[in-house]
Order: sequence, then C-alpha cells, then structure tokens
Amino acid sequence: MTHAVEMHDIVVRFPGVLANDHVNFTLQKGEIHALLGENGAGKSTLMNVLAGLYKQTGGILRVHGKPVSFNSPKDAIAAGIGMVHQHFMLVPTQTVTENILLGLDDPKFFLNLSKYDQKILELQEQFGLRVPPTAKIWQLSVGEQQRVEILKTLYRGANILIMDEPTAVLAPQEIDDLMNTLRAMTEQGKSVIFISHKLHEVTQIADRVTVLRKGKVTAEGIDAAGLTPAKLAQLMVGREVVFSVKKSRREPGDVVLKVENVSAHNKKGVPALRGISLSVRSGEILGIAGVAGNGQSELAEVITGLRPCTGKITVNGVDIANRPPIIAINNGVAHIPEDRGKVGSAPNMSITENTIMKNYRHAPVGNGWSIDFLKARNFARKLKKKYDILAPNVRVPARKLSGGNLQKVILAREISAEPKMMVAVQPTRGLDVGAIESIQTLLLEQREAGAAILLISEELEELFTLSDRIAVIYEGEIMGVVSTEETDIQEIGLMMTGSRREPQPSANAQ
Amino acid sequence: MPFRLTFTKRIEDVPRWYPFVISLGAIVISFVISGILLKLVGGEPLVVGKYFYTAAFGNWAVFSDTLVKATPLILVGLACTVAFKMKLWNIGAEGQFYAGAFAASLVVLIPIVPPDAPRFVTITLMAVMGMIGGAIYGFIPGYLRAKFEINEIITTLMLNYVAIFWNNFWIFNKWSDAGFQMTPTFPKSAWLPRLTDYARPYKTFMETGNPAITGFLKNIGLERISGMTLHLGVVFGLVMVVVVWWILERSRWGYEIKLIGDNPHAAHYAGLNIVRNIVLVMIVSGALAGLAGMSEITGVVHRLQERISPGYGFTGIIIAWLAKLNPFAVIPVAILFGGLILAGREIQPSGLAMLLQGFILFMIISSDVLLRYKLEFTRTRTSGETV
Repeated sequence: MTHAVEMHDIVVRFPGVLANDHVNFTLQKGEIHALLGENGAGKSTLMNVLAGLYKQTGGILRVHGKPVSFNSPKDAIAAGIGMVHQHFMLVPTQTVTENILLGLDDPKFFLNLSKYDQKILELQEQFGLRVPPTAKIWQLSVGEQQRVEILKTLYRGANILIMDEPTAVLAPQEIDDLMNTLRAMTEQGKSVIFISHKLHEVTQIADRVTVLRKGKVTAEGIDAAGLTPAKLAQLMVGREVVFSVKKSRREPGDVVLKVENVSAHNKKGVPALRGISLSVRSGEILGIAGVAGNGQSELAEVITGLRPCTGKITVNGVDIANRPPIIAINNGVAHIPEDRGKVGSAPNMSITENTIMKNYRHAPVGNGWSIDFLKARNFARKLKKKYDILAPNVRVPARKLSGGNLQKVILAREISAEPKMMVAVQPTRGLDVGAIESIQTLLLEQREAGAAILLISEELEELFTLSDRIAVIYEGEIMGVVSTEETDIQEIGLMMTGSRREPQPSANAQ
Repeated sequence: MPFRLTFTKRIEDVPRWYPFVISLGAIVISFVISGILLKLVGGEPLVVGKYFYTAAFGNWAVFSDTLVKATPLILVGLACTVAFKMKLWNIGAEGQFYAGAFAASLVVLIPIVPPDAPRFVTITLMAVMGMIGGAIYGFIPGYLRAKFEINEIITTLMLNYVAIFWNNFWIFNKWSDAGFQMTPTFPKSAWLPRLTDYARPYKTFMETGNPAITGFLKNIGLERISGMTLHLGVVFGLVMVVVVWWILERSRWGYEIKLIGDNPHAAHYAGLNIVRNIVLVMIVSGALAGLAGMSEITGVVHRLQERISPGYGFTGIIIAWLAKLNPFAVIPVAILFGGLILAGREIQPSGLAMLLQGFILFMIISSDVLLRYKLEFTRTRTSGETV
C-alpha cells in the first residue's frame, strides 16, 4: 500500500538552527494524523516543506509513492496538497465564492458567479461545511471563515489537507463541527494532517500521532488509541508536566476594579455588553467564562479604555470609563490583549522597543523629551533574562519571535509596570504546554503580589486552575458569579449556554 | 537555458551595509540602462555622461549650483521622511512648499517689516512665516485624516494645485510687477545671504599672497569664489537634517511616530493619542516643506513668481524613499538629484534627466526584492535534472 505522504530523512537548516533534523513522517491514506510539538519544535517548518513554502536541505519527499520536489506552493497544490493556515488568507470585502475562485484560471474573464455558487454548495454538501456562498467574508464568524479556507483547498482538488492549529480560534461547538467535517473527509478518502497543541483533542480525533521535539521525532506515527494527554505532553516536553499549576490559598484584599452597569457596542455596532456589573479584589483572580463572541473582548476593551461605553468603571476609586487608554495605564491597569500580534506588539520594532511601550514616558527609560536607549536596552535585557525570552538579542524584531516568546515579551512588559489591576485575555491561547505552564505561573505570582486579575479565557480548565471566582458571560450579560471551589464544569457549562444561576446573585456580592 | 534563476525568501536579516550597496548598484544599473538607451537613439553615452558630470559636479562653481538645487530637495525630502515614518502619505510637499513661499513673501509684500529693516529680522521672520504657512497647509489634510479618516493621499495631492493657483492669483492680481506674473524683486534685506558673503577670512587669505595657501586653493580649483550661488538655505537644510534625525531616532516623539507607523493598534493600546500625532506630524512635515519654499524665494529667485518649483515637492517623495527614510542619507540623494536637475537643463533632449530620475527610482524600488529574497543561479544539467 502506498502512503499519501512519505517524508524521509527531511533536514531543514536555517542559519544557526537545525529546524528539522532527519525527520521521518508518513501519512496514510484516509487517516487523521496529528503532528504535535512545542513552539519551535519544527512542526510548521516540516509542513511548510510539504506545502512547498520551504525547500528542504536534505531528504526525500514522496506523494502517493512518487518522489516530488516542490519549488512553490503551486507545485504542492498541483500534487493535491492543501494547507489551511492559522491566519486566514481571505479578502474581507469579497464573497465566499469569489474568495474560493481567487487565483484560479477558471473562470477566465466573465464571472458567472451563480454557477460557481452552485458548485460550491455541492462541495459543501459533500463534506458538511456549511457557509453561504454569497456572504461577504467580513460578515462571517471565525469558524465560518475557516470553512471557507477548507473549501478553498478542496475546490483546488486537495486530497491531503494540512490544518495548522485549526482549533486555536474556534468556539467549542465550532470545534465539534470541524471534527465532523474532518471525519467526513477521511471517510471519502482524503487524508488530514492536524497540527495542534491541545492534547485532549489529539487523543479524541487523531488516528495516529507524530511528536517532534527540538527538530527531532520523538514518536513516529504511534497509534492514538490509548494515549493519554500526560503521555503526549511528556513526549513533547521531554519531562513530566505538572498539569495543574498549584495556587495557594489567599484572602483577597480591597476591591480594586469595580464595573457598574456597563454597556457597549462591538465593532459592527451591535450591543455586545448589556449592563455588566462585577468587581475584582486585590490578590484575586476573577475568571470570565463564556463561548467566544459573547462580549469578552469588549469587556476587556472597555476596562482598558480601548472602547467607548456607558456605565461606571473604577480602579481604586478612579473612574476610568470612557477615557483614553493612557488613563487606565496611569492608574495601574495592565492589559494582556487577545491579539498579541495585532494589538500587543509592533511587529517590525525590536524587542527593546516593544518592552518600553508603556514605560518610555518616565525615567529611567524616558528622559525629558528624549529616550535613553542605553537604559531601554538594559531594561529589555533584564526582562529577557528574567522571563526567559528566547531570542539571540534584544534587537530582534517582534515578528521573528514565536508565539510563546512574544507572549512572554508582552507579559514581561505588563508585569514590570507592577500593575494594580491586570486584564488578561486568552493569555495562553495557541501556546505549547511548557509556555502555558510558565505563563500561568506568572499570573499566579501577580496574584500573590496583590494584583487584581481579570482572566478572560475560553479554556475552562485554565479558569478552574487559576481563578478564585468565575463569572460567566452570555450575550453580554453576566449569568452568575460563583466561587471556583463551589462549582463544577457542568454548572459553568449550563450558564455558558444562557441559563441564569438561581438565586441570581447580587452582582456586587463578594 | 543552461542556467536557472531562483528566488528564495531570506530568513535572516541582511547585514547593515547591504541596503546601501544594493541602492548604489541600482543607481549604477540605471545609468547603464540610460546609456544603452542613448546609444540606441544615436547618442554617445560616454560623452553625455561626462557632460552630465561636468555640468553638475565639474568644478566648484557648478557644484555650488548643484547644492543650490539640492537645498530645497533636502528640506522636502525631510518633510516626506517624517510623514512616511508614520506611514502618513504626504504627497503634498509641493503645495506646502508654495504655501511656505507665499506666507514668507507676505513679510515683504504686505509689508510686515519695512524694506530697510535689518536683514536678520526680516529673514528670521520670513523663515518663521514660511514654516507656519507650510504647517497650516499640512494641518488641513492632517486634521481631516485624523478626525474624519479622509485619505490624506488624495487631499494632499489635490491641495498642491490649490496652493499653486492661490499663489498665481496673488501674483497676477495684487502684487504683480508691471503686469508680469511675478512680484517685484524683494528688498535686499529679504535676500538670504550667500555663503560667499561670509568669506571675508578667505579674501584675507588670498590677499596675504602666501604662495602656500594660494597654491593649495588653486590646486583644488578654488582660487575664485566670488559669484558662487550657494546661500544660507543649505545651512537650514543641514540643521534640519540633524533636528529630524534627533526627533526620529532619539526623542520620545520619534518613538511614538515609529510605533504608530508600525502598528497603530498597538500604539493606541500603549496609550498614544493617534489623532493628535497625525496632526502634529503633518504640521511638522508641512513646516519643513514650507521652509524649503521660503529658502527658495529668498535665496534664489528673490521674488514670488510662477513656477518657483520644478516639482521639488514631488522629487522629495522620491528622495525620502531612496534615502530609506534616513535623514542623513537624504543629503547625498538630494545632491545627486540636484545635479540631475541642473545638468538636465543643459542637455538635449531635455527629458533625459527626468528619464534618468525615473530609472533610478524604478531600479531602487525593484532592488528592494534583493533585500527580501536571495537570488540564486543554478546550472541546469544536460540531463535536464535541476540541482
């Protein structure tokens, strides 16, 4: 039997780094094969070789038994390989059909869109990927956009599909839909490579697993059945991973953040927060649970001054609602934004310039009208060392850092300001096990140091591990606030789907 | 084909000297292409090239003229550099140049100071007015962009024509010199001093008759300096280079400009007031272009007239780009383009200089590819298999 993909002894050498060190990888026809590894382990590199984006320094690549040599993604597409990247490559103002047809030779000049809409509907039917063909991309949810990306590869005749961390951006139900789609595809003879960090998903969906660590294979195509997340984590990290970061008992102090009856619209002008009230005390982590898109992002934005709102938000008694972000910053509010690349960092600026983003106005970095770049560099070097940011030096631009390291830069910057209040949105999303552990530990250290922390996360496990209390948000309203010790996943899950906790707790109750 | 050309994306950053070598190479190649074109139409590239060189850099007198052309180019180049650093596409340096020239002229045309006022007072006032004029003219599109998100490319471009015709209106109707399309010549107190005016020590050198000194000056072709046209404007330009460099590379504001340019979302998140910064940058950019206008009318034409700029404002865009938004690199690029403008007027066909400018810009922009990609030639084997 020939394999769909055979990668033999693949070596990819970047200047100073051996990204893939004699990697073997085989994908059987009709299977879902999970590719696991920490950030920087070489997963993306390996897949980029398969997708024709990189060229291997050494090794052999066979697709359906035939040796191939890809010089561009076009060659890979022609060989039936499609890749769905983590960051979608879609034109927001165009329709689904237009995006799928983009770059193809057919249609040539005249667009008979309705004919193609029909074709795409048929394709959707076949794999259970429902998304209206005439909808514009910007109107779609992230999950729907991902379906468009998958349709794009299928329309181009892909029978080998590479999914780069597909679930990182999805809500729980969307993940289920995706899993069903992937199964439908493998049943129809397609093969799927599934890159992921989320161990429980891997054990759920994958047929076989290949694990990479530091460019080398630590488990090649082992059967997924019977694998535990703990075992996988060990293969990835090379040591036992303690899954629950331990938090100490701590009596919370005074109320730091008080949100009273706050409402706001989202960027499309639709009400996203409807009269939210909550409070966070010093030395306390309040977790916000909810399905993506129920107002979490907007809540973080109104507190940090990035979004206008009505109502009252005070930090240590100072009203900061509806005032520019600098007011929140000056009142000790730190913000770990949801989007590290788009909001939290400047991609082409150095690590140094990214670390001084919030403290360049004051001594020692700021010096009157000028910036003391010597002190700025020293500051950055200190953070790099303290937070174990992996980079050759502090002149490296932010865009060259891996997700985990970039997140560490952001955390280092925000923590170094010794915040009184910290708003952390999805702080561990898309990170590998090792990075998650260190970031969660840092958050708990802040709690020890007496900061009030609002933790917005879609990972219930994380919320249960870190939070003292959990508030559930649904369609812009708080369904209830419960003490972590007195609740369980079932209760939170019920509230996440819109059932209010009875008796309804007073929002300001501690 | 026995060879195959492949582009591979660079993974590591190129060394610091690399962009400069590439840019230099691009300029050389554009010279070569222009030469080939000249040959094709029956010209003698080497002769023309030599003539170009002599006409712009051949001796101190013409080099002085080249620097006179380079002076406004340095200032408008800086104006564009400041704005482009924030990814604010100010295409309106030409209009801001005219606005600056107009505002500066008001000092002697209204007049605000009498013709016999001390030169120092008149010139200072004109420089300040020129900068204010340009600043106001930069403020308008800046405010529209910041407050109402009106695309600054369109507004600055269109406002160029408004400024030119506004100028024309006043020189035709109000301050026309005997019906000509120009104002009367400014009083001497409004002329920027030429640098030779400061050359008294030089004269004393020559008068000593010391053969060592005179011999040396003769050797470097400087036995006469009278008649050299270089004026104080070049000093304005050089001072502004340092000022702009300091702002961009050392000041808090420069950091903010670059942060907004790189990622406005992150800048907003970091607490910056983006609206205010857009307006401020456009004001500073306009002021620099306005100063260029002032320098040109007080240093060269000595009156307000039609066509005081042969498109300096637009050339400034090219200069800022070629200098890779580095204020110090603006100086050599401006001198090169000053030489091209000067020499271009003396040869036929007169479009040649423009052609060369176009080639240079084209080459430099395309050479950017080499910064991001590695070019590799690979020999194709006879068996047809590629390595």
